[in-house]
Amino acid sequence: MIEPISFDLEALNLPSLIPMSITVIGALTIIIIDLITKNLSKSFYVMVSLLFILLSLGSVIAYNGGERGFFDVMLIDGIATLTQIIILTASALFIPLALSSKRFHEFSFPEFFALFLFMIAGFQFMVASDNLILIFIGLETSSLALYALIAMHNREKSFEAAVKYFTMGALASGFYAFGSLVLYALTGSVELHKIEQVLIARDFEPIWGVFLAVVFMLAALGFKLSMVPFQTWVPDVYEGASAALAGYMSVVPKIAAFVVALRFFDIFVSAEIVWVQNILWVVAVVTMTATNIMALVQESVKRMLAYSSISHAGFAMAAILIGTTEAYSALFFYWVLFTFANLGAFTMLWVSRHKGNEFWGDTGYDHPYEKFSGMVKIMPIGAVLMAMFMFSLAGLPPFSLFWGKLYIMSAAVNSEFYVLAIIMAINSAISVYYYLKLVVYMFLREPTQQDGTIYMKNASTALKSIIGFAGFLTFLAIFFVGPLLEVITNYVKASGF
Amino acid sequence: MDSLLTLLIFFPALAGLLGFFIDKGAIRAYGIAVTAIVFFLSLFLWLGFDNSNPGYQFLEHVPIISQFGINYSLGVDGISLFLIVLSTFMTMIAIIGLTIKDNIKNLIISVLFLEMTMIGVFASLDVILFYIFWEISLIPMFYIIGAWGAKLRIYAAVKFFLYTFAGSLFMLVGILYFAYLNQQATGVWSFSIADWQALRIPFEAQLWIFGAFFLGFAVKVPMFPFHTWLPYAHGQAPTIGSVLLAAVLLKMGTYGFVRFSLPMVPDASVYFIVPIAILSLIMIVYTAMIAYAQEDMKQVIAYSSISHMGVIILGTFAMNSEGITGSIFLMISHGIVSGALFMLVGVIYDRRKTKMMSEYGGLASSMPRFATVYGIMLMASVGLPLTIGFVGEFLALLGFYKISPVMTAIAGSTIILGAVYMLTLYKRSFFGEITNEKNRNLPDLTKQEITALAPLVFLVIALGVYPKPILDPIDNSVKHMLQNMEQKAVTQDAKDLLKKATTIGEEK
Repeated sequence: MIEPISFDLEALNLPSLIPMSITVIGALTIIIIDLITKNLSKSFYVMVSLLFILLSLGSVIAYNGGERGFFDVMLIDGIATLTQIIILTASALFIPLALSSKRFHEFSFPEFFALFLFMIAGFQFMVASDNLILIFIGLETSSLALYALIAMHNREKSFEAAVKYFTMGALASGFYAFGSLVLYALTGSVELHKIEQVLIARDFEPIWGVFLAVVFMLAALGFKLSMVPFQTWVPDVYEGASAALAGYMSVVPKIAAFVVALRFFDIFVSAEIVWVQNILWVVAVVTMTATNIMALVQESVKRMLAYSSISHAGFAMAAILIGTTEAYSALFFYWVLFTFANLGAFTMLWVSRHKGNEFWGDTGYDHPYEKFSGMVKIMPIGAVLMAMFMFSLAGLPPFSLFWGKLYIMSAAVNSEFYVLAIIMAINSAISVYYYLKLVVYMFLREPTQQDGTIYMKNASTALKSIIGFAGFLTFLAIFFVGPLLEVITNYVKASGF
Repeated sequence: MDSLLTLLIFFPALAGLLGFFIDKGAIRAYGIAVTAIVFFLSLFLWLGFDNSNPGYQFLEHVPIISQFGINYSLGVDGISLFLIVLSTFMTMIAIIGLTIKDNIKNLIISVLFLEMTMIGVFASLDVILFYIFWEISLIPMFYIIGAWGAKLRIYAAVKFFLYTFAGSLFMLVGILYFAYLNQQATGVWSFSIADWQALRIPFEAQLWIFGAFFLGFAVKVPMFPFHTWLPYAHGQAPTIGSVLLAAVLLKMGTYGFVRFSLPMVPDASVYFIVPIAILSLIMIVYTAMIAYAQEDMKQVIAYSSISHMGVIILGTFAMNSEGITGSIFLMISHGIVSGALFMLVGVIYDRRKTKMMSEYGGLASSMPRFATVYGIMLMASVGLPLTIGFVGEFLALLGFYKISPVMTAIAGSTIILGAVYMLTLYKRSFFGEITNEKNRNLPDLTKQEITALAPLVFLVIALGVYPKPILDPIDNSVKHMLQNMEQKAVTQDAKDLLKKATTIGEEK
């Protein structure tokens, strides 16, 4: 006879599940509302989603229970809290982008918003656990929702993008499952902290088994993080997705995957396993360098931003390799600043979205460089803002991302990764060329046409205020980087990294 | 006034922002008014400056990122004071002489932002703050060259930007390494220039830091072999761009050597005297020869700039007060003279739309006043005694004589070679019969041009005859710096050399 399982409800620590439950309930609410009444304006759904996101954000911040919850599957440490805050804030800034002035296919379906909330819940589970199975469930929930969101853009390229992302993502999931399997076979556990204990106890032997696990996990996370050589899907997928969603994809799914990578690789980095460090070193350096060079030859601003975002992911990966408290803080610090600069840049593309290729017929891109030719003469404020986002991404002081680069390079130097720091410097120098290319088009070339409306075809008050907000944060970063860094460092320290 | 430096830095930027709301027709007058106010503010700074105090004055200190030791801290000493005055003065003169008509509003606003960064670089006492101003100065200059330049302007602007940006990123790594060493030694993060100047670091580390800083500064100066961006930038830039580039932006690099390399890593600086001197000699002789071979008037002056910057570097690495004081004075005089020369080229370019010497000849008879001013500036550039150019060049060479008489002799050829290419230029364009009929009825200098050029002529002669009011405060601060360097040096070589330098300074 099976023994009855008895447990104490208190020990479950149910409050640890509240933030995720809120987003899931939000998604269900939207579906139910859709069942009851059709023809509600998209602005209603945007605001309902926004409210649920903010509610979830509030519950993340207000949480003060224990670290573990729900059969010790949940892990609400400093990093989990911090990342959830980042994810929810970025999502709250993204969802109003649906309030564009032009009508888009996907936003007319309430399912879009439901899927969006499900996706966020998936990310939240990913970051708030060290159980490989729950992470897997979170990963799949979010990825499946994201595939559908891309496809809902309803253009030929979007289907291509969704299918491409789906097949690649399915392969990555396979790798992930296999990697977890190997880890379970080696250690008899799916919980990272137990895996760590077992591996340390037997001195990371047998080497082939550990190697296999590391390689599979690296491949799986590499897909999500778009590390070279698993980055091939990124430009096409970003090209196919709407500019708003592309901007979102370059930020939020990655930070969730970074947290998983951080939790996993920290086992090896803190034990100073040299071959793992070497693999990570090569991956980080090749990712930031190779994609930087590929970005140089792009003809479309969106593809350029896609490649550049991979390069930025390489920078953040370097932080995982360095593996000190400072480096982990630098990772989150960098990513927060990157979020705002990137949000601004992609939103600028989003507001200039227009139907068909009436002006640049033969390039086949929505946003070729030529489109922005002479923009400063037609729309000076827009051009100045866009230039500021570009300079920020290039790491020019005093704009936001400079501080991220400064801190991450400083973390490298302090741990005596001098070559890595110099490679980062060289990469920043390379990257400035393609960011500058857009600035050259906007400021130094003559306009090809006088119709200023193309830059604002899709603009609405909501979109303009988001650009303004991103611009404000990018420009005045110098005043809040200090407190921001302090908050992030506290959270990272609190989780014992 | 306690916050005079903050006012000096951010007044032009604020004025630039307000400039967006000014009517296009009035923007030039607005630009002149703003830059004149800034210039007078900088004169106040000079008036309030205590000449007998060699340390930093007008200190301001506000923490920005306290846990990382980054502060908003400002101050000036004798070394930076005159570079600030030079920046505000040359900006004012350049706007007075401005003749560009289209899109002038954006141009003036860019110049005002550039002025903010120039003053900021010289007034910063925090390394990160310095780096911020150093880097933002690229943006307005990039725009000025790229938007109002000649045919190849975009290429020139991008080249300018990429070269300097790449160089300064290496400097950033050096800065972070230095900060790390500082943190290891003292236990706290600090980016304060004064703290860094007081920190003793091992010789090995000094070499690396010197190298990293060298890349940043050498590109900016520009030193051979990193000089290739400059002729393009000058060749393509509009007159105002060339004036500010030559007069102030290049000085940031040499200022960096004086402010960072020498006092922060004295042993490495002493160790590298000979290699740097050889590079400087190549700059002096080689670019002078290139200057001689140019057909384009503006290129002659551009290359002569590089040649003179070589003398500045040489004087700086003499490691004694004559040499360093001389080279700082030379920075100021070269700023005035090269600025004036670029402006004069602009004057003739506005009339004929060409800068080729072969197009001219006999200008002296059609434009006598122009020829006179040109002649004076040319003499100052060559280094004729009793002009401003002589003082600095003489002191810089005198200083280096104590290191190596042979090298000084080679460097002295700058005066001869300078005379050769400058006089050739003068002969071909100004003397002889008027060979090209288009030159016969050229109008002489207008009132606007005279207003811009007259103060420059006055300064060239006045400071050439009596340079003491500027030399004294500089010399004070330089001696103070040399004493600190001597105390800080860790190798015997450096100690000996600096000891000699400081004692000689005291005998005088």
